[in-house]
Amino acid sequence: MKVTVDQKKCVASGQCVLSAPGVFDQRDEDAIVVLLQPSPPDGLSEEIKQAAALCPALAITVED
Amino acid sequence: MTDATIEGVPAAIPDFPMPRATGCPFDPPPAMHSLLENSPIAKVRLFDGSTPWLVTRYHDQRALLTDPRISADATHPNYPHPSAGQKETRKKVRTFLGMDDPEHARLRRMVTAPFAIKRVEALRPAIQKIAEDLIDDMLAGPTPVDLVQAFALPLPSTVMCELLGVPYADHAFFESNSRIPINRNSTPEQAMAALQRLLQYLEGLVGEKLANPGDDLLSALAGRVRAAELSAREAAIMGLFLLVAGHETTANMIALGTLALLQHPAQLAEIRNTIEPQAIAGAVDELLRYLTIVHGGRRRVALADIEIGGQTIRAGEGVVVANDIANRDPDAFPDPDRLDVGRNARHHVAFGFGVHQCLGQPLARLELQVVYGTLYRRIPALRLAVDLDQIPFKHDANIYGVYELPVTW
Repeated sequence: MKVTVDQKKCVASGQCVLSAPGVFDQRDEDAIVVLLQPSPPDGLSEEIKQAAALCPALAITVED
Repeated sequence: MTDATIEGVPAAIPDFPMPRATGCPFDPPPAMHSLLENSPIAKVRLFDGSTPWLVTRYHDQRALLTDPRISADATHPNYPHPSAGQKETRKKVRTFLGMDDPEHARLRRMVTAPFAIKRVEALRPAIQKIAEDLIDDMLAGPTPVDLVQAFALPLPSTVMCELLGVPYADHAFFESNSRIPINRNSTPEQAMAALQRLLQYLEGLVGEKLANPGDDLLSALAGRVRAAELSAREAAIMGLFLLVAGHETTANMIALGTLALLQHPAQLAEIRNTIEPQAIAGAVDELLRYLTIVHGGRRRVALADIEIGGQTIRAGEGVVVANDIANRDPDAFPDPDRLDVGRNARHHVAFGFGVHQCLGQPLARLELQVVYGTLYRRIPALRLAVDLDQIPFKHDANIYGVYELPVTW
């Protein structure tokens, strides 16, 4: 699966870090999303889909 | 029934906010349930006679709150203000809550760093200590005791004071003044006077941080003033916004959540009997969903015609997005009126949705996890000291809760 994030849209809610901490992180200076794994293993697909669904800014895109 | 239609005669526009049913203090008003079922996008009448749309369905709310054609600009002439007091304050004292991007994003990003998940999680031991100390004091003192004053309010106030660099010794001043602007019965003069007192206080603190910076958020904002990115007044407004939003909300969730659990003993037992952090975190989200204390609705204005739920919201019309009723939408939560701390409720909209979603939610969640995970374990015999019908609920405030919660053990 392929994950992309939009740092301009991100509002630093941290929902993605709570859902899939190995895939998403936050910048020190403003808590904006950092993508750690653009092509995460399929075993994490549930967590990543949850992160995308919970993101209030719709800043996460997931492609199978 | 306000939603009933006689053939050919349009239903009267109901007043908003609507009253809760007697004896059902945790449930949204019956008239809102009825709108959710029968007329999910409907006109309502506000205090000033204006008639914005009320949006009740979960999926419609998420769609609208992320729609770029929806504005949060509180200075728009058709912005549906919640009360005469807030109409005055939100127009005169602008926070990023009442602004659109790019202004909103520029200001919000100045204060997001301390709310990163890892930085908030690092506060857990300190918040745990605050909770344990307050409980020690309660156990050493007389009963009955008002849980609001002894625990629910001091915990988040102390946390926000530490985070912002506000002296906790001033808590009675900022707590009492914070409640005036959000009370629906406050006059514009009363609301504005309370806000001015608070702003003057915060401006003083920002001045002190300019001279003597510390390792806190007000000092970071003072740094922005030094760098000419903010005026001292803007820094004070942002600091005040965080201080108010950070203590009044969590305090209400602590007290109202405890009351709800005392009325649902089996659910309380589930929380008391687990030490599993994921189970506590799940219970916190379920209580956030079930109680949705921001019961005045998120306020917006349409900037273009928007087709949604079989209605057309016209450009320039006001919109009220009532998150409390969406959190009871069976399309999003099976058996929605049942409190079930074991369910997955993480997708609730108690913190709103879209770019204005609550900035402090990671901190609020952590505080509530510590509280619900500690209070009922430390005081297993905790119970109400009066009957439920003696409890004064905040029907007149924009943020729901209880004014007092007399408890004993």
